[in-house]
Amino acid sequence: MNANNTEPALLVDPEQRIFKVARRNFVDQEIFEAEKEKIFDRSWLYLGHSSELPKPGDYITRAVAGRSILFTRDAKGRLRALMNTCPHRGAQVCRERKGNAKSFQCFYHGWVFSADGKLRGQPGEESYPEDFKSRETSNMRAVPRYESYRDFNFVSFDPNIVSLEQYLGNAKEYLDVICDQTDAGMSIVAGSQEYSIRANWKLLTENSIDGYHALTTHASYFDILMNSTDNMSAGTGGGFGYDLGGGHAVLEYGAPWGRPVAQWIPGWGEAGKTEIARQYDKLVAQHGKERADRIALKNRNLFIFPNLVVNDIMALTVRTYFPMAPDYMVINAWALAPNDETAWARKYRLNNFLEFLGPGGFATPDDAEALEHCQRGFKNSKEAMWNDISKGMGKEKPSHNDELQMRAFWTQWNRQMFPTPAPSIKDVAA
Amino acid sequence: MHSVSRSDVEDFLFAEADLLDQWRLPEWLTLFTEDAKYEVPCTDLPPDASPDTNLFYIADDRVRLGERVKRLMKRTAHAEFPHSKTSRIVGNVRIHTRSDAEMSVSCVFQTLRTKDGTTDLYFGKSNYRLTTTGDGLRIKEKRCLLGSEGLRPHGRISIVL
Repeated sequence: MNANNTEPALLVDPEQRIFKVARRNFVDQEIFEAEKEKIFDRSWLYLGHSSELPKPGDYITRAVAGRSILFTRDAKGRLRALMNTCPHRGAQVCRERKGNAKSFQCFYHGWVFSADGKLRGQPGEESYPEDFKSRETSNMRAVPRYESYRDFNFVSFDPNIVSLEQYLGNAKEYLDVICDQTDAGMSIVAGSQEYSIRANWKLLTENSIDGYHALTTHASYFDILMNSTDNMSAGTGGGFGYDLGGGHAVLEYGAPWGRPVAQWIPGWGEAGKTEIARQYDKLVAQHGKERADRIALKNRNLFIFPNLVVNDIMALTVRTYFPMAPDYMVINAWALAPNDETAWARKYRLNNFLEFLGPGGFATPDDAEALEHCQRGFKNSKEAMWNDISKGMGKEKPSHNDELQMRAFWTQWNRQMFPTPAPSIKDVAA
Repeated sequence: MHSVSRSDVEDFLFAEADLLDQWRLPEWLTLFTEDAKYEVPCTDLPPDASPDTNLFYIADDRVRLGERVKRLMKRTAHAEFPHSKTSRIVGNVRIHTRSDAEMSVSCVFQTLRTKDGTTDLYFGKSNYRLTTTGDGLRIKEKRCLLGSEGLRPHGRISIVL
């Protein structure tokens, strides 16, 4: 079993409505190694949100696809993504998670860099040529590609990758709907959920855009939700899953939970009702009723290939994750919120977030359990070889609890991993 | 609260840990007052951060704490079915301030959790606000400050810390 195995990674037959994923894709060490090069080195990867660096000199260090990145706002206010390694002998230059600094000094030999990565000085300058500091190779190296869209900042390690906007493609419009909740901009709320799951990273991709598992995996959450809403069928008028191309996908649907922007539930009381009505009216004034209804009342689980999830559900969450081994991933998740929301709305947003989301919530731990038990089940992958993600195949408009979204991901994954597919694979959109 | 000694507080915290280790959660819940809070902030937040303006892992009022207990006793709380085995050590118990109505107490904790062949360690410091009622000491607030960098490798707080 290896990445060049002639066994197909996918089995697809639209006529027979068959879409199967080989379970070795989740366990094979060579697949894991090949993904680094063919997926993570050739995609745009989420780095962070502009609001995390509000002032010149602010910085964050963050691991992205195994690299150590120093994300800074330089003296001129421009955001920079630098490879966090000294051009001299390679030590990590910045060792703190975040802060504000005029310059960064590598502690090994004392080289000093400004927030744009330029070498400012080094001990023993007289022993270097006069033009040493003006040489590009003396500076910290910038990430090969860095671009942002509506304050979502991405990096790519592929110098030849298409522009970010082109890469986002149809996903851009959904990011727009999410960002249009407010005209005052959005910010990441302080507090990072940094956790892990002992499972393959692609299981979280699937889980993040899986409308099918909710009622069974999260039965105990829906028991609790019934206490705060008098109408469990409110907003459950269904929804759809969409293949956005390029491996991106989204679910858009109604749901019974409250949305801080802007769907009221009785659990929020009269104060909440007034507040939600005010926000809704503002959206109607800004966007017209149709778009306002979409922004306020529809939920979106947006997946941007290969590892970014923006969930616009009972709260707004940004989640990114990286494989560390075939059976272990690390996850970072944040809450995103409109800058102009009231203290009431912020409080209820965070309250809502914690009820469902995150490793201490009433849902995410059960997702993690499900993913880990899939990973355990895959120990049988030599004998029981295939996952089935055919639900809703052949429908003109698959529902949000069909599996079109996963087929969109896997089709792109397969295209990048195996550019010349084995003849038995029909590399078609599902 | 002036007559409560440190060993009274220790006895109380040891008994609390024992109830949790035995998964006697409905009984454990009776140790909390009606306005109680149970909170676990994210590890990159200051220890006194407010859950109204910062993202936590857990910020339960008494109602949600009750829901947490109810949920954890169900088969459908999949992450804890069957229940994991846990072992809690509570130490370094200190009384910081006390008034007639309540006292603030801290301890360190180390909680081992085993399930499906994997053992994880949760560790850190807990800050309590305690009060006394006719039934003895009761918890008004329990805030657990994880000592780890994030929640790795365990990845979840499916038990009560």
